[in-house]
Amino acid sequence: MENKTILEVKDLKTYFRTDAGIVKAVDGVSFRLDKGETLGLVGESGSGKSVTNMSIMKLIPMPPGKIVGGEVLLDGVDILKLNEKEMSRIRGNRISMIFQDPMTALNPYLRISTQLIETIRLHQGLDKAEARKKAIEMLKLVGIPAAERRIDAYPHQFSGGMRQRVMIAIALSCNPEILIADEPTTALDVTIQAQILDLIKDLSEKLETAVIMITHDLGVVAGMCDNVCVMYAGRIVERAPVDDLFESPKHPYTNGLIQSIPRLDEKGSGRLFSIDGQPPNVIDLPECCPFHPRCEKAMDVCTRKYPPVVSLEGKREVACWLYEENK
Amino acid sequence: MTKYILKRFLGMIPTLLIITTVAFIIMRIAPGGPFDRERAIPPAVQANIEAKYHLDEPLIKQYFRYLGGIIRGDFGPSYKYKDQTVTDLISNSLPHSLLLGTLALMAATFFGVLAGIIAALNQNTWLDYTAMSIAVFGVSVPAFVIGPVLMLIFAMKLKILPTSGWITGPDGWKTVLMPLIALSMSYFASIARLSRSSVLEVIRSDYVRTAKAKGLSPTMIILKHVLKGAMLPVVSYLGIAYSGIITGSVVIEQIFRIPGLGRFFVQSSLNRDYTMIMGVIIVYSTVVILMNFLVDILYSFLDPRISYQ
Ligand SMILES: Nc1ncnc2c1ncn2[C@@H]1O[C@H](COP(=O)(O)OP(=O)(O)O)[C@@H](O)[C@H]1O
Ligand code: SF4
Ligand SMILES: [Mg+2]
Repeated sequence: MENKTILEVKDLKTYFRTDAGIVKAVDGVSFRLDKGETLGLVGESGSGKSVTNMSIMKLIPMPPGKIVGGEVLLDGVDILKLNEKEMSRIRGNRISMIFQDPMTALNPYLRISTQLIETIRLHQGLDKAEARKKAIEMLKLVGIPAAERRIDAYPHQFSGGMRQRVMIAIALSCNPEILIADEPTTALDVTIQAQILDLIKDLSEKLETAVIMITHDLGVVAGMCDNVCVMYAGRIVERAPVDDLFESPKHPYTNGLIQSIPRLDEKGSGRLFSIDGQPPNVIDLPECCPFHPRCEKAMDVCTRKYPPVVSLEGKREVACWLYEENK
Repeated sequence: MTKYILKRFLGMIPTLLIITTVAFIIMRIAPGGPFDRERAIPPAVQANIEAKYHLDEPLIKQYFRYLGGIIRGDFGPSYKYKDQTVTDLISNSLPHSLLLGTLALMAATFFGVLAGIIAALNQNTWLDYTAMSIAVFGVSVPAFVIGPVLMLIFAMKLKILPTSGWITGPDGWKTVLMPLIALSMSYFASIARLSRSSVLEVIRSDYVRTAKAKGLSPTMIILKHVLKGAMLPVVSYLGIAYSGIITGSVVIEQIFRIPGLGRFFVQSSLNRDYTMIMGVIIVYSTVVILMNFLVDILYSFLDPRISYQ
C-alpha cells in the first residue's frame, strides 16, 4: 500500500483558561498519520494526549479551552477551519473515537440498537430496516454473540468488555478513515484488554482504518503500533518506528518509560523502575526542557531553552539537547 | 412489569393501615372530646350522644368498626356538620383540591423544566441569570405571601382578575390563575433549579461526549441523549412536590376561599370533629402515597436499569 498521508497535524496548540492561569495542555504538536497506519501516542497522564485528539475532533469545551493555533489537515483540508455543520459530517463518519470508560460512554437510557442505528442513519442515509441490518452486522463483526437479540438490550446488560465492543461497532459502523482510541483498555480487566486490542488490530487491518492509539502503557504500543509518538508536557518529544523505539530509545524520558515496563521474563529483580519526580505543571512553564528536573542527563542549556526537534536516521525525530550539535 | 406494579400497589396498603391506626390512637389520646362544652350538659344527654356515635364502646371495638367502615367507603358521620357524612363532605370538596393541586403540579413541572433547560443551555447568560433569579425568588417567598400580593395587584389594583369565586361563571378559568401561581411558585422554582443542574451534569457526561463524537447535531443530542437522563431527578422529586402542594393548598384554599378539602383541615381540628379529622388525614395520605406510587412506576419506565423484581 502506498504511504498516503491521511491526517497531518501541524503545530497544534490548545490552551485552557483556568483560575490558576493558562494551561498549555497542547503546545505545538505535529505529527502525520498515513492511510491504514497505527500510530501510538504515549505519555504519562496529563501530558495532553486526550486534548490533542479532542482538538482534532473539535470537541474541546470552549470555554475554558481554545485551539489557539495550528492546522489539522484531513486529506489536505484544514478541518479546524470548518464550521460545526461541516465538522459534524466528519465526526463519527470520517474520524471516529472510542473512549476509556465503556461503562459511561454509552447512554444508559437508550438501547444499543438506538445508539448504533442513529449513527448509521445519520451518516449513511439508510432507512430504519437497512440501518438495523447493518447494525447487527457490525455487532457480529465485533464479536457480540446472539447479535440479533442482544442489539435491543441496554448497556447495563453488557459487561465492560462487551460494551467496549459495542463502542467499537459504533465507531467503525460508518467505515471511518481514522479511528482514535483514547486509552480503550485502561478501564478493563487485564484478560479483556488483550482481546479488545486484538479486535481493534484485526478490524483496522480488515477495514483499512488508520488508528491513533492513545495510551500511557508502552506495552499496548508494542503489540499494535507501526509508529510511536511520545508526549511530554503538551509536546511530542520523540517519534520513531515502534521496534526502533524499544531497541534504542533516544529521549531520556522514553528511556525511562521503557525501563519502567514490568517484564515477565526478568524475575525477582525487585522494585520496578519508575521515573522519579512529578510531571510538570503546564501553567506558566518557563522556557526550558520541561523534563529537566527529572532528567539524569540534564545540562545547563536544558534549563534555559526548549530543545529543537532533531531528525535522526530511520525516520526518527527527537526533541532533546543531547542530539543537537550546535547548542 | 405488571407484577412489579401490582406488588408496589399492594405495598401501599400496610402504609395506609399504619397511618390510620396512628391517627386513630392520637385522636383518642388527645385531651377533650367533640361534645365537651363550657357548660356541663346533663349526664343522661351526654350518654345518649356517646351511645349514638358508639363512643361508649371499648376503644378496640370502635377501631374495628371504623376500619370496617373505611373499607366500605364510609368514614362515619361528622360530629360537627350534623346530617352530613364525612364521606359526603370529602367527596364534595376533594375534587376541588385535587384539581388545584394537580394543575399546580403540572404547571410547576412544565414551566420549571422549561426554565431549567433554557437556563442550562444558556449557562451564564442573561437568560440563565433571569430564570435563576425568578427561581430564587420563588423558593424564598412563601405561598401565603405570594397569594395576598397577587390579589392586591391583579384583583384590587389592576382589576383584571376576580378577587374570589372558584371555577364558576363565564370567566371561571380566571379564578384559577392566582391560586395556581401562588401554590406552584416554589415548586416551579425548585424544579427549575433541579432541571438546570441536572441538564448541566448530563451535558458534561461521557455519553453526551460520545454523542458529539458521533456527529449528532446539538438539537438531536439534547432531545435524544440529554433530556431523558436529566429528567429522572425531576421525576423522583414530583412525589415530594405533590405532598408539598397538597399541604400548601390548605393555606391557599383559605386565602382564595376555595371550597376544597383544605378548609376542613383546620376547622375540624378546632372542632375536635374526630371522624372528619381522620377522614381528611386518610384521604390526604392516600393521595400522597398514590402519587409516589405513580412516580415510582413512571421512573421505572424511564430508567431501564431499575429491575422489576
Ligand atoms: N476542561 C479542561 N479545563 C482545564 N484544563 C484541562 C481541561 N481538560 C484538560 N485539561 C488539562 O490539560 C492537560 C492535558 O490533559 P489530557 O490531554 O487529558 O491528558 P492525558 O494525556 O492524560 O490524556 C492536563 O493538565 C489537564 O489538566
Ligand atoms: S533536553 Fe536536556 S533535560 Fe531535556 S531530556 Fe534532553 S538532556 Fe534531558
Ligand atoms: Mg487522557
